[in-house]
Amino acid sequence: MFFVLSIICVGSVLGMILSKNQAHGALCIVLAFAALGGLFGLLGAPFAAVVQIIIYAGAIMVLFIFVIWMINLRTGIPPESQRRTIVLAVLIGAVILAQLGFAARGLFGPAPSSVETAAAGPEAVGQLLFTKYLYAFEITSLLILAALVGAIILAKRKDRP
Amino acid sequence: MIPAGWFLSLGLLLFVLGIIAFFVKRDLLTQFLSIEVMLGAGNLAFLALARGPAKVEAQVIVFFVMTVAAAEAAVGMAIILLVHRRRRSIKTEDLRTLKG
Repeated sequence: MFFVLSIICVGSVLGMILSKNQAHGALCIVLAFAALGGLFGLLGAPFAAVVQIIIYAGAIMVLFIFVIWMINLRTGIPPESQRRTIVLAVLIGAVILAQLGFAARGLFGPAPSSVETAAAGPEAVGQLLFTKYLYAFEITSLLILAALVGAIILAKRKDRP
Repeated sequence: MIPAGWFLSLGLLLFVLGIIAFFVKRDLLTQFLSIEVMLGAGNLAFLALARGPAKVEAQVIVFFVMTVAAAEAAVGMAIILLVHRRRRSIKTEDLRTLKG
């Protein structure tokens, strides 16, 4: 199960990188986020899994598709073939991969610690969210309100009040 | 049982793929998507290392990360729309006013 989901995830991100059309790339990422939600469920985090699928694969990706439709990228933007940029990007990726792998090397030791797959249900998450993290939760609602107002102000046309 | 190292490796791979996509693709929308991929990879690594009672707290933190990502996506989409309306383009090649 883990391998199937991770192959889907990595494959669709690769598909996003290789696709010429922005809309196809966005659809690939929908698949990647759905697979990521499945992986969260595999880790025993059903709340995070459901939120990932609803918010990412649902809401945020609909927003992306909607903007692609509004911008009207019918044919997609032809990519400039700059070999120098691609080489540089792969180099940066390799360096960061090496750094992060070095930082996490203790977890790949001779006695690998396994993940806990026992599920921590949404009831416990809700209780914690509304007791210990209540202030953070309320501030989050303020943040979303600010983002909403900001997005509307930015995106509205000037000639139509 | 699945070793935590596998999940961490997957998170690492996804994060690096996001970075490579950010630099290879030359339009704002796909670069934004790759930032979302990097955030998802971070969430995966975060959940993979949660143990015992920390699993509940990890889900709360992941929830906050996703909320901030959603807010960021809304504002980012508005900015991309604005850029497209002003310049008729969302390619980063065309946005070189600051380059001098």
